Amino acid sequence: MSMSAVHEARVGLPVVSARRKATDRVARGLIAAMTLITVVPLVLVVYFLIARGAGAWTAEFFTTDPTGSVLGDPGGMRSAYLGTLVIVALAALISIPVGIGIGVYLVDYGRRSRFAGIVRYFVDVMTGVPSIVFGLFVYIVLVVSHVGGSASAAWKGSIALALLMMPVVARSSEVVLSLVPDSLREAALALGTPRWRVVMRIVLPTALPGLITGSLLAIARGAGETAPLLFTVSITNGTSFDLNNLMDSLPMQVFGNIGSPNPALVERGWGAALLLVTMVLVATAIARLAARRSRL
Amino acid sequence: MSAETIDAGAPRRTSFEGGFSARYADPAFKWALTALAALVLALIAFFFVFLISKAHVALAHQGLLSFAFSDDWNPPKEAFGAFSLLFGTVVTAIIALVIALPVAVSSAIFINEFATARLKGPLTLLVDLLASVPSVVYAIWGFLVLQPFLKPVQQWLADTLGFLPWVGGEVPGPGYFLSGLVLAIMITPIISAISREVIATVPVEHKEAAKALGATKWEVLRLAVLPYSRAGITGAALLGLGRALGETIAVAYLLGGYHGIGDQIFGLGDSLAGAIANEFGEAASDPIYSGALIGCGLLLFVVTLIVNALARGLVARAESKQFRAAAQSHAAPAMADAVEDAVVA
Repeated sequence: MSMSAVHEARVGLPVVSARRKATDRVARGLIAAMTLITVVPLVLVVYFLIARGAGAWTAEFFTTDPTGSVLGDPGGMRSAYLGTLVIVALAALISIPVGIGIGVYLVDYGRRSRFAGIVRYFVDVMTGVPSIVFGLFVYIVLVVSHVGGSASAAWKGSIALALLMMPVVARSSEVVLSLVPDSLREAALALGTPRWRVVMRIVLPTALPGLITGSLLAIARGAGETAPLLFTVSITNGTSFDLNNLMDSLPMQVFGNIGSPNPALVERGWGAALLLVTMVLVATAIARLAARRSRL
Repeated sequence: MSAETIDAGAPRRTSFEGGFSARYADPAFKWALTALAALVLALIAFFFVFLISKAHVALAHQGLLSFAFSDDWNPPKEAFGAFSLLFGTVVTAIIALVIALPVAVSSAIFINEFATARLKGPLTLLVDLLASVPSVVYAIWGFLVLQPFLKPVQQWLADTLGFLPWVGGEVPGPGYFLSGLVLAIMITPIISAISREVIATVPVEHKEAAKALGATKWEVLRLAVLPYSRAGITGAALLGLGRALGETIAVAYLLGGYHGIGDQIFGLGDSLAGAIANEFGEAASDPIYSGALIGCGLLLFVVTLIVNALARGLVARAESKQFRAAAQSHAAPAMADAVEDAVVA
């Protein structure tokens, strides 16, 4: 093609044959159409969530617990969204410091060492581990052995979620921390500041907005996960804040309601799914706002 | 520094000479962080050992080869051949990839090469939002909206294309194709986001050279953009495949939970992750049954590990090109985008 183009160019402006023009037009059209197709599912999912779920958002939905009744009044979702908040908060409390710590190690200490390379690789590997495998792992290690006196417990679900969120936090903080200019570190070190204070007083505060972004995105990811909770937290109806006991959660309620023959339960399931998506999107939106404040 | 006391007689000490910080706090901080990093390696090793130790009962009962290659999964008879589950996992993931790849790469090309500056931001945002929708939401939408809607469409396809192998017969609704389709929706934003990054690294010179030779826009893409980003896009596709292989909740509803190898693409099946999600509750009291499901988890772990290791290698290679390109142009990626991509990937 390039040869013929050169020949044509000699005459003046390159003349593009009708056939090549047609191919170009078809290809452009296809690419635009495929891009539209990418976005269509989002529109459809959001439409159906609102169309079928918004009706379930009554006052009772937010203020009463599920009744557990299969055929009658299903009750609300109070325990589920409170439970999700508690489980995810604990998971965040575990995964964010560990994840940021690993990020700091990789950027400020390990750098290009062999060990850092191996850690970096396995953090990547962990982001690819299916979430159900984390659930199985926590089940084997913590649930079967009745650690803490109970089989399924909220904190065990939090650990399963933390395993899933930690590599996400580690990866994103590595990216953010490596954007902190080395000249800042060097200036502080040249003043005789010890390395750990450089990290705590210079590097982390500079990267803070980015670290918040990464952490919130990890929280958004964790909040929507169902598979790690299946055998670790299980499901219950009452509102409970006892971390060493069963706890309700939104994803588990949605998962349980999908196949129900009771239309009221299904509608409540849609309402719960809408609430879950809203929570995830709020976290994502705050994450983006935090990112905007960054000067990196 | 902090432990310093003002003493007129002694010379002033700075951290160079080894104050409290330099002598104790600094090494302690360093070793604590190193230990934290080592924790990741320990966890992965721990995973393996524990999964193997618990799956061992079932694997010994069934025999390793029979576990992986027999398709007789019949818990009441203590038969645990996981091949049909592995088959379902692989087939649905491949269907998902076949559907998602052209769509995702096209959208990545569109965002990079065609979209105006005003369109680029919103499109990127939409793709990233798509990635943040929880899988249980795709499960409820796929099962309650898409499945009834597509059932007649699938039946029509099965009737019309019945001459093809693997197509034809009664369409049940859920099945391999439907699962693959929903998985495709879930992995499209992942493949799109990484491909977008990779395509953005194609040097302008390559594109301009093709243009100068009279290439049309499509020819620029075909001759300059796609060949340059092929390794990165392959990596992105593999990462998407890895995600599709491990996806649980949507597939648990959409595949139908049929133990066996389906005889048609629209037929029912089961997957490793789906079987674990659906059956673990009843299996928990039976060590062999639960061991077999843990074995499924192990199999899934190993398969996704291999796929991801390949993908990471390819993406890392493509990204090292990107860093070279960025170093040349002195352009650092915007922080928000960098974080977003690290998370989506």
